[in-house]
Amino acid sequence: MNYYSDNESLKFYLQHPDIEKIAILRENNFEEAGQYPDAPANVAEAVEGYQQAMDLIGEITGEVIAPNAALVDAEGPRVENGRVVYASGTQQNHETLTQSGLYGIKQRRKYHGLNMPGTVTTMAGEIVARADVGFATIWMLQDCADTIEDFASEAIKDKYLPRIYQGATCSMDLTEPDAGSDLQSVRLKATFDEAANCWRLNGVKRFITNGDADIHLVLARSEEGTTDGRGLSYFVYDRNDGGLTVRRIEHKMGIIGSPTAELVFTNAPCQLVGERRLGLIKYTMSLMNGARLGVGAQAVGLCEAACREAVDYAAAREQFGKTIDQMIPVQDILHTMRAKTDAVRSLLYETARQVDLANCYDRLSKVRPLTGEERQAMKAHLRNADCLTPITKLMASEYSNQCAYDCIQIHGGSGFMKEYTCERLYRDARILSIYEGTSQLQVVAATKGISNGSYLKRIADYDAMPVTAELEPLRDVLRQMTADYQVMHDKLTADGAGEPFEHNVRGLAESLAYIIMGYLLLQDTCRDNRFLDSCRRIIRLGRAEMAKHQCEIDCTM
Amino acid sequence: MSIKIVVLAKQVPDTRNVGPEAMTPEGTINRSALPAVYNPEDLNALEMALRVKEQMPGATITVVTMGPPRAEEIIREAIYRGADNGFVLSDRRFAGADTLATSYAISCAVKKLGHVDLVFGGRQAIDGDTAQVGPQVAEKMDIPQITYAEELLDVNEKSIRIKRRIASGTEVVEAPLPVLVTVCGSAPRPRFRHAHLVLKNRHLEVPVWTADDVNPEFDRLGLSGSPTKVKNVDSVVLTQKDNIRVENTQESLNDLISNLVTNHIIG
Repeated sequence: MNYYSDNESLKFYLQHPDIEKIAILRENNFEEAGQYPDAPANVAEAVEGYQQAMDLIGEITGEVIAPNAALVDAEGPRVENGRVVYASGTQQNHETLTQSGLYGIKQRRKYHGLNMPGTVTTMAGEIVARADVGFATIWMLQDCADTIEDFASEAIKDKYLPRIYQGATCSMDLTEPDAGSDLQSVRLKATFDEAANCWRLNGVKRFITNGDADIHLVLARSEEGTTDGRGLSYFVYDRNDGGLTVRRIEHKMGIIGSPTAELVFTNAPCQLVGERRLGLIKYTMSLMNGARLGVGAQAVGLCEAACREAVDYAAAREQFGKTIDQMIPVQDILHTMRAKTDAVRSLLYETARQVDLANCYDRLSKVRPLTGEERQAMKAHLRNADCLTPITKLMASEYSNQCAYDCIQIHGGSGFMKEYTCERLYRDARILSIYEGTSQLQVVAATKGISNGSYLKRIADYDAMPVTAELEPLRDVLRQMTADYQVMHDKLTADGAGEPFEHNVRGLAESLAYIIMGYLLLQDTCRDNRFLDSCRRIIRLGRAEMAKHQCEIDCTM
Repeated sequence: MSIKIVVLAKQVPDTRNVGPEAMTPEGTINRSALPAVYNPEDLNALEMALRVKEQMPGATITVVTMGPPRAEEIIREAIYRGADNGFVLSDRRFAGADTLATSYAISCAVKKLGHVDLVFGGRQAIDGDTAQVGPQVAEKMDIPQITYAEELLDVNEKSIRIKRRIASGTEVVEAPLPVLVTVCGSAPRPRFRHAHLVLKNRHLEVPVWTADDVNPEFDRLGLSGSPTKVKNVDSVVLTQKDNIRVENTQESLNDLISNLVTNHIIG
């Protein structure tokens, strides 16, 4: 069983025309060919390398991670002598991926990484999450390396980054008992110890995913007397240095294999990452954007798992003398699940590509001055990435919950029993619309793009892309939806952004998401006709949802 | 002194995932419907060799296979998992070989490599199930053999200690080097490919050795060197003959287990 090669959609998105551009930029015109034996010398080699890496991850996921998932869920992690011990299946997953060189896959080659672009590592996240979302959270925290690579000193990079390749796990320690969504309230204290020439951490962190990791990125208050985000800095802490106790791990509803810990720091020595006071405003925001895309990947993986479980069950379950997948109400559910999965996957990889392109130009700008054209491109990709990330997290996580719900519905009474995978999917999905920013916070993050017209600008770009004659009627529907959106938006903002706007902004964000997913599936259908059914359905669903939002606005105003 | 390891491998049709097209209407194997894979127990053998290499820095692993040119895929696969190099023995003159002619050709190839300390191979291949090639290679090389190996316990430059599976359990044996070891499927699970090795070896070209390269007596190769003649191939369809009802008592269950063991169904 291979979770990459059995999914044609993944291969399709690895062949997207932008991948070539990403490969060239990521490899800076293949400058490392010859310098490192595993570096590609051209686009074909780079893309082949991405496919080979995905194939390997797909194989390990199918052969090891998926068969372990149910046992990991049943066993869960535990705390022994102040340390977290993973479930035995989690340990095996971790060791297998480490042995195959699959930690630090995004990192530069000088730190033993594979220099894989974010689009590819996002796909890796989707593949693993399809088998086990809990384990995906642990494995994907390797992305903490991005923050170290982007902002830390060379000495910190040299110390920590090669260890990630060797299997050192990571955590991002942000939330506290009184600082959940409101991270400005973080109180964990960081003080500089002159004698030891290092910073020291004191205080409590709560709800920390993979909290007993080897390497921690910690948000802490370094500026005494401050109470807001501008007094917070970012630190890297090495678990080997002592001063950290795991007080407890949470007893959770889902993603049970992923230990969620309460941590007590007592004079724990650590090092400052980047500049003081930029912890929340700059570094956490950068880390969170990446993490939100990661949750989007987990959610798409879960959608795919739910679709497959539902399709397989419906094909095997007989009632009234035939299998239930021949019954129209069941077919409707299955097709809608597939359409939602296809739609959020298309959105996920579009976002990942925009993030990648923006990051590639940013990396390039540190090596040489960008040309005017390149600067413009970077700005546009950054704008797209900023507006697409929150709606990706929003829609993917909400759809994953809907697909998990529908998966149980297809199973009928059996789905309510513990024996079937769908009940684990249902529990695992629930956190996705909460962690790394709730759905409500994603809407807040989308508000900027709604107000400054970024979404409409992007939609205009999609609209300018050619479509085949057969698809023109669908494009016309999307044009009408965009016009309807404009009417809703104008109505809500006519007298300034007041209370009605806040009540209905989620409807606006979702409407934009439907329009964008529709355009993306339209483009996908131009390249591969098998997306046509999903494209039609998501546009139909989007129209219906928009009509509901319009009605709500009309009734409340 | 670094030791030299050879691992024998075979590319086989994947008989574990047999679909409806696997057999032709005439009852023979439809090879095009079965993907070619690395023989599973040969992967266990490779894993044991890799563990020896990890314990003995400087050790080298050469993988040898005999088959059509496409068998180079499994040499590649072995290198992606950590082997150092390998080659395919491929020549029309090897075709039609039974286990005697196969082991002769392979032993000639291994001898050509010069002094070898350890030879590992799978217990048997899933397409033939003979379990004869490994032992015959050992005989032709005139070195001791350990069959049914399950666990590597210790290895040094002079000897190897192995736990091997026997009918009633396991036993621990020790042999001086050089020695040939055949490994069974209950040995540790083979590791996966390593991402860096896959990417590093993207331009790898696997050497092909012909009969001329291994200095054989040509009449001992291929069909002419194979005394085994297949007279007929039957497709055996297992059918249910009768039912046995087993009472849920300790005694009945003991009888059932002992029956299954006596009939070699389990154990």
